[in-house]
Amino acid sequence: MEKTHTTQQATIPFWRDERVLRVLGQIIFLIAVIVFGYYIYNNMITALAKQGMTPSFAFLNQTAGFDIGERLIEYERADFNKRAVLVAVLNTVQVSIVGIILSTILGVFLGIARLSTNFLVAKLSSIYLEILRNIPLLVLLIFWYTGIFITLPRVKEAISLGTSIFISNRGMVIPWGIPTETWRAYLIVLGVGIVLSAIVNWQLNLVGKRTGRPPLVTLWTIITFLAVAIIGWIALPQSPLTLDLPTLQGLNFKGGYTFSPEYLALLSGLVIYTAAFVGEIVRAGILSVSKGQIEASRALGLNAFQTLRLIVFPQAMRVIVPPLTSQYLNLTKNSSLAVAIGYPDLFAIAGTMHNQTGRSVEVIALMMGIYLSTSLITSVFMNFYNKKIKLVER
Amino acid sequence: MSENNNNDPIIVCQDVHKWYGQFHALRGIDMEVRKGEVIVIFGPSGSGKSTFIRTINRLEEHQSGQIVVDSIELTHDVRNIEAIRKETGMVFQQFNLFPHLTVLQNITLAPLQVHKWKKEKAEEIAMQLLERVGIPEQAEKFPGQLSGGQQQRVAIARALAMQLKIMLFDEPTSALDPEMIKEVLDVMTELAESGMTMLVVTHEMGFARSVADRMFFFDEGQIVESGSPEDIYNNPQEDRTKLFLSQILQH
Repeated sequence: MEKTHTTQQATIPFWRDERVLRVLGQIIFLIAVIVFGYYIYNNMITALAKQGMTPSFAFLNQTAGFDIGERLIEYERADFNKRAVLVAVLNTVQVSIVGIILSTILGVFLGIARLSTNFLVAKLSSIYLEILRNIPLLVLLIFWYTGIFITLPRVKEAISLGTSIFISNRGMVIPWGIPTETWRAYLIVLGVGIVLSAIVNWQLNLVGKRTGRPPLVTLWTIITFLAVAIIGWIALPQSPLTLDLPTLQGLNFKGGYTFSPEYLALLSGLVIYTAAFVGEIVRAGILSVSKGQIEASRALGLNAFQTLRLIVFPQAMRVIVPPLTSQYLNLTKNSSLAVAIGYPDLFAIAGTMHNQTGRSVEVIALMMGIYLSTSLITSVFMNFYNKKIKLVER
Repeated sequence: MSENNNNDPIIVCQDVHKWYGQFHALRGIDMEVRKGEVIVIFGPSGSGKSTFIRTINRLEEHQSGQIVVDSIELTHDVRNIEAIRKETGMVFQQFNLFPHLTVLQNITLAPLQVHKWKKEKAEEIAMQLLERVGIPEQAEKFPGQLSGGQQQRVAIARALAMQLKIMLFDEPTSALDPEMIKEVLDVMTELAESGMTMLVVTHEMGFARSVADRMFFFDEGQIVESGSPEDIYNNPQEDRTKLFLSQILQH
């Protein structure tokens, strides 16, 4: 008599059961990873132990003993290593954020320019993109630094823009505000401004929902904040900041705020390089919206601006955001090339710290951890945004 | 109003020419369309029929000749172009619904933005139109969730929401599965019966025969022959028309 289908099912040996094999495969892979990881770790610990060391982050609480040329917070060579790490992180984050903002602005402009019907504008933009995309960033940074910023005139012959901005081989000096007695009060005014603009933003979004015609929410939010900031400035009895104008004293400028040639070279290099990629991404995004969408919108009587704002951009954004996220991450990671031109970013300072303390494993682990978490934070934020604008389909 | 008014032409085209580079796409098209007429335009592909109806709302620019829609002449004046676009709606072969907006938002977008209606009014009219095309239950869905036939019916409702006088159909059923063609043609037939002025580029000969007032046969950028459906079907004058009809009707 023939065996029935069910009995055959029941008698499969487990090493031929695909359900078991699927799970088993994963377990074996996991074990292999753990064993390999342990082997590597053990290897490192043994090697360190031979040199009489055990991994420890205690060095963070020891005196750093080196200077940092540029910093956003107070720091002296007598401070602890952890303070130096903080200075380094802030330098990296600062140049990355400014770089991301500027390269987005320049990139969007380039992307739109390349699609322009104006022949000259479109050609200039494509020449820019083709050249800048195809030069290695390191070469570009060295070019900006050694080719431009340190070959600028000496301080005595500094180029002046207007009366109080000076550009020389020591960087760019600009007027800077010094807080006066009313500065703290003004900070409260700014806080109120943020709250008010948030309320305006919220209300306008409600208006948009109610009428179906979304107003220019971002624009009005910014206008509200600026209005509060300006009114507050005028209303306070003494202006909250006094201008500190740079003046030439002896061999250098006194007063104002100085951007070093290293910072300027790093920022220019990163922005100009990344903007080329952002430009291509923006162009691709706009072109990804089919011509039929624009025709349908125009045929319905929407004008060119309404079509761009309500039809083209919302659809282009879903194509633009994922690769744009990669470019933001690239820019942040590329900022570590700062070491080549002597800007004290995270990578440069970690190098110095490694020299000083001899703690290679810990310093590199710390650095990788910081870069990784910055990138992950950016990623999470951009993914959240991407999810919000995703299309619903079957 | 008066009988006379209804016989006035709402679209007048005189000697319309269009070139794509060296290619002469439209070679002197003359056409007058009266209010409430249903015009079917047919012909082999590449004959200029789509190009022609796209010149009427300026999706394509004509290089010489005259186009007057509802006594507004189509010129380079942006104001005239926008005025004409307010009078004419267009339904495309590929539907061209906005995929990032719901069905309801697709329909209310232009009334809200162009006519500046209140949201309640726009949505009420949108729902009435969805009833009319038979899919009110799809209002909150996105275009990607609908079948082709449903999408095309939304596209018709979207155009109608602008409360216009003229509807242009550019091969509205060519991208649809056979069983969905009927649902779209039914909507178009109902629309024709309601008195809408319609210009339809189509090869749906059954629809043309039962609904069209006049038919135009296009070939190589020219009107080869025109007349009532009976004339065209039973008594075509030109050899090219006979040949084309025999090719499409033998199935």
